Parts: sequence; C-alpha cells; structure tokens
Amino acid sequence: MTGYLLRRLAFLVVSLVLASIVLFVLLRMLPGDPANALTSVGASPEQIAAARHAIGSDKPLPEQFTHWIRQLATGDLGTSFVSSLPVGPEVVQRLSVTVPLTLSAFVLAVLIAVPAGFVAAYKRRTWYGALLSGVSQLGIAVPVFWLGMILIVVFSLNAGWLPSGGFPQDGWSDPAQAIRSLVLPVVTIALVMSASLIRYVRSATLDVLDSDFLRTSRALGSSFGQAMWRHGLRNASVPVISILGIELASTLLGAVVVESVFALPGLGSLLATGIAQHDYPVIQGVLFVSTLAVLLIGFAADLVQRIIDPRLRDRLSGGAR
Amino acid sequence: MKRSATLWTGCVLAGLIALIALISLFWLPYDPSDTSGGRLAGPGDGHLIGTDKLGRDLLTQLMTGSRIAIAAGLGSVLIAAVVGITLGLVAAFAQGWFDDTVSALLDILIAFPTLLLAMLIVSARSATLTSAIIAIGLAQSAIVARLTRILAKRVLAQDYITASRTSGTSWPRIVGEHVLPNVWPTLSVNLALQFGLAVLAEASLSYLGLGAPPPNASWGRMLQEAQATFTTAPAGALAPGILLVLLVIGVNLVADGLRDTFDPARRRRTAA
Amino acid sequence: MSLLDVRDLTIRTGDGRDLVSGLSFSVGRGERLGLIGESGSGKSLTTLAVLGLLPDGMTATGSVELDGTQIVGASEKRLVDVRGRAAAIVFQEPLTALDPLMRVGRQLAEPLRRRRGLKGDALRKAVAEALEQVRLPEPGRIARAFPHEISGGQRQRVALAMALACDPGLLIADEPTTALDVTVQSEMLVLLDTLVGERGMAVLFVSHDLAVVSRVTDRVLVMKDGRAVEDGTVRDLVRAPRQAYTKALVDSARKLESALDLGEPR
Repeated sequence: MTGYLLRRLAFLVVSLVLASIVLFVLLRMLPGDPANALTSVGASPEQIAAARHAIGSDKPLPEQFTHWIRQLATGDLGTSFVSSLPVGPEVVQRLSVTVPLTLSAFVLAVLIAVPAGFVAAYKRRTWYGALLSGVSQLGIAVPVFWLGMILIVVFSLNAGWLPSGGFPQDGWSDPAQAIRSLVLPVVTIALVMSASLIRYVRSATLDVLDSDFLRTSRALGSSFGQAMWRHGLRNASVPVISILGIELASTLLGAVVVESVFALPGLGSLLATGIAQHDYPVIQGVLFVSTLAVLLIGFAADLVQRIIDPRLRDRLSGGAR
Repeated sequence: MKRSATLWTGCVLAGLIALIALISLFWLPYDPSDTSGGRLAGPGDGHLIGTDKLGRDLLTQLMTGSRIAIAAGLGSVLIAAVVGITLGLVAAFAQGWFDDTVSALLDILIAFPTLLLAMLIVSARSATLTSAIIAIGLAQSAIVARLTRILAKRVLAQDYITASRTSGTSWPRIVGEHVLPNVWPTLSVNLALQFGLAVLAEASLSYLGLGAPPPNASWGRMLQEAQATFTTAPAGALAPGILLVLLVIGVNLVADGLRDTFDPARRRRTAA
Repeated sequence: MSLLDVRDLTIRTGDGRDLVSGLSFSVGRGERLGLIGESGSGKSLTTLAVLGLLPDGMTATGSVELDGTQIVGASEKRLVDVRGRAAAIVFQEPLTALDPLMRVGRQLAEPLRRRRGLKGDALRKAVAEALEQVRLPEPGRIARAFPHEISGGQRQRVALAMALACDPGLLIADEPTTALDVTVQSEMLVLLDTLVGERGMAVLFVSHDLAVVSRVTDRVLVMKDGRAVEDGTVRDLVRAPRQAYTKALVDSARKLESALDLGEPR
C-alpha cells in the first residue's frame, strides 16, 4: 500500500506539472491580446506596447512560463492583468462560496440518489420504481439553468421564502444570510446531479441483485436484507464511487452556470470574467487550482476504491487507470 | 418499459424536433427579425405562443432555435466521433509511455466539464455557433477517445486478434474487420448520449452569452432573455426549456433503446 | 416421508413460456439422485425452485415439499428458515459464487455463525476445521485470502465447505465440477462423495455429463426441454436406454471415457 501511495503521489505531481504546461501553452496559443482589455478602443500602438510591457506579455513565452512556475512554487498565483490584484486571495475568496455550494449539493445529491437508485432497481416492476427511473430520465434532460430559473420563480418570486440570487457582500460574517442565499443553488445542482447518479446507482444495484454471490448467501440461509448488507452494499459501491469522484469534480468546476443564474461570486464566475477579459493570470490560476482539485478528488476516489476492492490492490499498474 | 417502446418514444420525440427544424427551412410564421408584434404579448392574436420583449414572434424563434439545437448536436457529435475515435484507436495500439501519457491526459481532461473547455475555446475564437460546435465537439472527443481506447484495448487483448497480429495482418485491416465492428455498438450508444449533452452544452453556452450571437434564436439565449420577465410573460421562459427537454429526452431514449438492442443480456435483466 | 418431494412442478417465465413442465421426483433422507440433461433442459432452474430462489419474473406452480415445508408460494420468512438448514447448494461457477470483496474465512464464517451460534475464537477454529475438512492446504492462509487469490479448485472447495457448514439434510450440487480442470474435477467428486457419505446427507446432483453423475449417484432422472424423459439406475440406463435422447447421452459419455482411456497411459 505504501508503494502504491508513493507511486500515486508521484503520478499526481507529474500530472499537475504536465497539466500546467499544457494549460500555459494552450492559453498562449489562443488568439486575442490581453493588452486590448487594458486599453480603450483606438489606443495608440505605443499605449498598447506600454500595456504589454506592464503585464509582461511582451516577454518570450519560455520566460513567461518559468516566471509563472517560479511564482507557483512560492504559492503565488500571480497578479491579474486587469485589476492588478493578486489572484491567490481572490481565488480563496471565491472558493468560500463555491466549495460550500458544491459540497452541500453533492451530499444532498447522494442522499437523494442512493436510496432512490436502490428503489428504482429493487422495485423496478412496481409503478413507483418505474416512476423513479422516469423522473431521473427527465432530470438528466433538464438544463440546469432552466431548473434554477423555475426554482427562483416558485420559491423566491412567488413564495418569497428565499432570495432569488446574490451573496452577502461581507461573505460568511452573517452565516444565516449566506446559507439562505445558497439554498436554491444547492437544490438546483443537487437535483440535476442526483438525476444522473440515480441511473448509476440503479445499474450498480441491478448488477448486485443479479449476482451469484448474493444468490449463494441467500441460498445458504441469509435473508435478503442480511445478504444485501453483508455483500451487496460494498460491491455496488465500487462502481458508484468512481462516478461520485467524477461528478464531484465536474460540479466544482461546472458551477459556473448555476453561479450565473443565481449571481453568486464563485470560482466559476471568476473564470468566466477572466475568459471574457483575456486575463491570463486569472484563467491560469483558476484552472490550476481546479486541476489540483480534480487530481486530488480522483486520488481520493481511487484510494477508497482500492480499500474496498482487493482485486484493484493486486494490479501491478500504478493506478493511473 | 419495453425495449421497442423506449426506442420508439425516443425516435418520435427527437423526430418531432427534427421535423420542426426541417419545416423552418421552408416556412416560418413570421420573419425572424420582424418586431411588429406587441412586446411580450401573450398567446393568441396572430402569435400562437406570443412575442418576446422586442415584439418578435416566439413560435418563429422556437422554430429557428430547433435548427441551432440540432446543428449543435449533430456537428459536435461528428467532430467528437472523428477526433475521438481516431485518437482512441491510436492510443489503443500504442504501447508503453505514449499510451500511459495519453490515458493520463484523457483522464484529467474528462474531469473538466465539457462546458468549461468549450468556454475556453469559444473565448479564443468568437462567440458564434461554429465556435460553439467546434468547442463542444473537441471537448467531447476526450470522452469518446477514452471510451474507444478502453473498448479497443479489450478487443485487441482477445487471443484471435493477437494471433492475427503476430501472423502479420496489417493494423488497418485489424481495425476495420475486428476492432470497429466490436466497439461500434457501445460507441454508438455513447455518441447518442453525447448528442443530448452537446445540445445542453450549446444551450448553456448561449445562456452565458457565448453561443450563437443575436439575431440567432438559440433556445439557451431565448431563456436567458426571458428570465427577467418569467412571471409576467411565462411563455417565453417555458417553451424553449420544454423543447430542449423533449429533444434531449428523445435522444437519450434512443440511446437506451439502442443499448438494449445491442446488449440482450442487459435487456433480459432489466426488462424481463 | 421424503426429504424432498417435487410434484408436478412447472416453471414459467414472465412472458408465459414453460421452462420446466410437470416435473415430479423425490429424494429420501440420505438418498442420492442425479438430474441429467443438456443445458437449457431446466435442471438448474429446478434446483433454484427447490430453494425458492427463482430469478425475478419466473413463477413456479405445483408442489415442492422440502423437509415438510411447502416451498411454492411460501413467504420469504419461511424460505429463509428452510434454506441452508433443510438444503444447501454448491453452484457451478465458484469465482462468481463467492463475494469478490470479502475474505474467504469471513464468508465461510457466515453460515457457521448462523447455524451453530459460534463467535470469536471458537468461530475462527470452526472455519479452519471446515477448510481442513475439504482438504485445503494451509487453511490459515486460505481463510485470509480473497477469492481471486486462490485457484478455481480451491474456490469450489470453499463453496462446498460453506454448503456443508450449514449442515443441511440435502446437498444440492449444480454442475459443481463443470468449471474445473479435468484432474481437479476428479478430486472434487471423490471429496464430495466422501464428505456427504460421512454425514449421511441426501444429494441432488445436477450435471450434463452422465459419466460425472455416475461417480456420485446411482439413481438418475433424465431431463429434456423441461420434462423428465426417463429415470432409473445408471446401470439400467447405460444397458438399455429407452429413449433416443438417453442413448445419445450414454454414447457421448462412452466416447469421452474411451478418449480419456486412450489419452491416459495406465
């Protein structure tokens, strides 16, 4: 296990370096001059050149890259081209909205999808089993922003129970207010996420219900509940956990749409602004932090799977796949 | 639900939207840029569903929107299929560090949502439908490549293929005769699912203002424009969403139906 | 009274096809019966019906009396009470029959704990004994192993040990050697024969192979397309098969025997 951990950590670091190189190169290949964002329309060539010099985008690419990596090594994500503010604190500030948002949505989605997916499989011949499958089919087809719009109309504009968007200016200093503004976005993400999770849980449950080992256990005298508890749960959780990892990572990064619907100052909206303004340090910083999160979540999911499934432990490969 | 029923319901729903798109090529109730209707008029009075905030006919916009949705789905899936399958096959045949690198990169890319990658690509080009299609297609090709690689590796590991490779059969023949026919059923189901996801991604891009620019009526843009007046003029904020859901459910059902046809064991289990 | 009494058993699929129809047979205490037929003849389904474990969507009609309990139409609660105690089963595929995520020892401990109420050290000792009884070397190592870490033959011995741990009146063996190598098959059959003999258990042995069945039981029921076509002792069937189908089974068994005789120098 120690050997595996070391290999896996090495893989993590290599991936991160690889990803930052790719990130850097891809971003510089994109057309569009960040200096344009700094200068007003019709600026003279001298003004543009001055702007370029000010932000360092006139230096050769390798120099820009080593500069960025050197900054990263000291935990500095750089300075925004546009606002001239450091990117790191800004990212941390945004994470204080996005992390609670996605984590609570994730937990809520799991709480909905695991029982619902189990019932959809175990009771698939009943009307409510079929209804659950149908609802999840509907759920994966609903655009997340549309669901958000509808929830705003129903629970905010009509019922007046919750704010329709925004986040307290002073962040979490008034927790009740902050939580109130996150309720609807959390529910929106959780509903959409659970719709696709239900399908995975259902299919994993069907595999287990169909398995020989469950039949063996019951044939030798376990009740269905005992057999499911002892053998079914763990076996069904293995495929679901890898999906959970992917879902969590993609929600963390994909919150941009929901943040836009509810006007939340999260990581996604920071990225959207950065993209719109060609603000490379901001884009790079957000994507670097996101990549780190993706890799860490993948690492955690791998680790949990290996703890549960001994067959994975015996595989020779480093666990990259 | 019976297998044929799933496939049929899916075909009818997706076909309905395709039909609307087809009709819109030849006939529209109004000119798309005709702003002669009253602003935010309700249904009736010459406008079946009503008008938007500029006085344009909603039905006309919905019809042209169906073209954009279907073009986005088809175009993206086509790009994803060509790029993804090629890359996946190359990775499957490759050995050693190249294979490891490609699969590690794909693993990372996949964790990034399609939409995020698409946002980056769109911002580099300009916000047009073509940009959106290329962006979504490229983002999805990572998913297709990963799946192709896994499926093709499984086929290549079979004894008869190893035998055929050692006896000197050229790799294009192995791909054509053994790999593609074996991986296609699972791939085609996935491509159908990607179609639905591409439609949703295009709608999201348009909602964020990164899709087809005005006056093109993408359903996502229509929803974004109607959001502020949801309570006073609900038709404009409901109709595009409903059509989106119908189209995506339609293609997803087609995918489910295809999977059941290709995989009888699964069908027996889930539908018996 | 018979331990197992099957009368007029019919097994029907959800869409109305009969996979087993009008099947009747009985097995007394300590008796052995072979069910023989090609795949799809309904023999495995019959064993599942005996335990009330038919796959979802299939229904049984007729009567299956196991140790005085009517299985057809019984509540799940009654079935749980009967399974393991009255009859236990060894399935064909030992790899999938065991939970891949649980150590062999823990899986074997499950029936031991339930049937004998053992705990702690006593349970651990009973697990080791049960593994020794099925002639597994290094029971300590096997108990700590996961199913994929031991050989197919060893897995099937574990499965047999689990069934025996239930101390059932009737042991059902559904093609227990089909998934194994020929040499391992033979050892397994001898082991099964010995252990069941020591305990005086009744056996319902299912196979497509007359030669295999004849190693364990004398009395055989031949099934084809869900119906019993012939029954009697192996001797009688081999000497004078009444049905063309039985004759074919006998011939293929003979061919295999002679092929093995030729192939293996004595």
